[in-house]
Amino acid sequence: MDIFLMLLINGLAEGALIFLMASGLSIILGLMGVVNFSHGTLFLWGGYLFVWAYTNSNSFILGIASAVIGTFILGALLEVLFVRKTYGKVTAQILITLGLMIVFTDLVRLIWGATPLVVARPDFLAGAWRFGGAVIVHYRIFLIAVGITVAIGIQLLLTKTKIGMIIRAGVQRSDMVEALGINIKIYFTLVFTGGAALAGLGGALFAPLVGGISSGAGMSNQVLAFIVVVIGGMGSFIGSAIGSVFLGLMGALIAWYVPQLAIVANVTLMAIVLTFKPSGLFGLAVKK
Amino acid sequence: MEPLLKIEKLVSHIGLFTILHDVNIEINKGEAVVILGRNGVGKTTLLKAIMGLVKSKSGTLEFENKNIIERPTYEIARKGIGYVPEDYGVFDLLSVEENIKIAISKKTTSIEDKIAYIFDLFPDLKIAYKRSASTLSGGQRQMLSISKVLVNENKLMLVDEPSKGLAPIIVERLARALREISKTTTVLLVEQNFALACAVGSRYYIIDEGRTVKNGKVQDLVKDSNLQKKYLGVT
Repeated sequence: MDIFLMLLINGLAEGALIFLMASGLSIILGLMGVVNFSHGTLFLWGGYLFVWAYTNSNSFILGIASAVIGTFILGALLEVLFVRKTYGKVTAQILITLGLMIVFTDLVRLIWGATPLVVARPDFLAGAWRFGGAVIVHYRIFLIAVGITVAIGIQLLLTKTKIGMIIRAGVQRSDMVEALGINIKIYFTLVFTGGAALAGLGGALFAPLVGGISSGAGMSNQVLAFIVVVIGGMGSFIGSAIGSVFLGLMGALIAWYVPQLAIVANVTLMAIVLTFKPSGLFGLAVKK
Repeated sequence: MEPLLKIEKLVSHIGLFTILHDVNIEINKGEAVVILGRNGVGKTTLLKAIMGLVKSKSGTLEFENKNIIERPTYEIARKGIGYVPEDYGVFDLLSVEENIKIAISKKTTSIEDKIAYIFDLFPDLKIAYKRSASTLSGGQRQMLSISKVLVNENKLMLVDEPSKGLAPIIVERLARALREISKTTTVLLVEQNFALACAVGSRYYIIDEGRTVKNGKVQDLVKDSNLQKKYLGVT
């Protein structure tokens, strides 16, 4: 039971991190139809900006703020300068976002070096509780709390505000939103930059969890986020939340009980979902 | 008097295919004009071209004497043109209430009165107001689509084949509603259902192979069985 509790907390914390990355990716894909392979680089920049600001200021809050604001600005630049020109052109999107991923990952190496940066958890989140044989790390509880808070915040934004209404409508029919006199491109930019800031937050929170950040972190976490989008369904916020939790829990349980399957489990799950429900578990059965 | 909408020698295309070759239409304020023609002649493309949803290569497209060709769709809508597409354009992820509220423009006043008018015209929507739009029937979706335009003070309403796929009794109700609407709003209606077109429109244009080939008063067309047979397939 103790071990199960520990695995549950570990899985939910992993799920919260994946969710921060996958929710933005899913809505960007659903609303804008953009296959954004540069999302991982925003996660990476979030991680490096956090470590840089936290190390220099010794303020965890300032580190998080730097990551979120920095990736928000970077996301806006990427959308306005590059992604905007590729709406409706899937091949161009894949090429340009993959290119951005490579360039901005190399920029990270250029600025901060190829050696991974080390960072410790802040003192107020550094401890752990022990229950029998289980160790519950405070920082993982913090990640779960952040994940839940962000999920509730986005859900309220999507369901209780006119902005959310426009985003949900735009996921289905952006042309018909325009026909109502609404400039959907402003919302495209808003969603892209919001998704970028969430990915940046994910990167910032990831670094203290694993004790540092390296330039390969963006790609590996991006793969997980894409698996969540496939499992949860393109454009579905609920789908990305449930898919992230599911992937996190499954990863923790399999890594403990059947570690030899850890590498193939996620991809196998994705293949099963694609076989039986190609639109994802919460995919939108609507005209796009 | 300058027409509300003036289209001259309009050429529009979808991808590599030119759909409209030479369309000429004038609509005056307060009129209800119907666009008739067989399947695939370019009627739907014409409405999309007016809304900026398909590209126009050349020609004139003026609304209130101002060029709207190549303007973005949202700007054209903001000028006071409401669009009811043939596939309804209803947002399934939103409730009926949200579908109406998202359509309300910043300029709109007396919103409560307009919603009351919509409920009066389409009582079904009052019953389904809090429901998800995905649960609506075809007829109810058409009513919601029209309501999204009626909630604003539009100067021109473009309606694309409102009778398509609907039961005759629903078509009758829609015809009544469109007649009512045309008393206060200028309407451009694309319709294959000849009876509905005649019930709503006062003037007509016939499009054939992307060109306007005939126009006149609907009452004259009703009497001209040769014209009906030649261009509309009405026997």
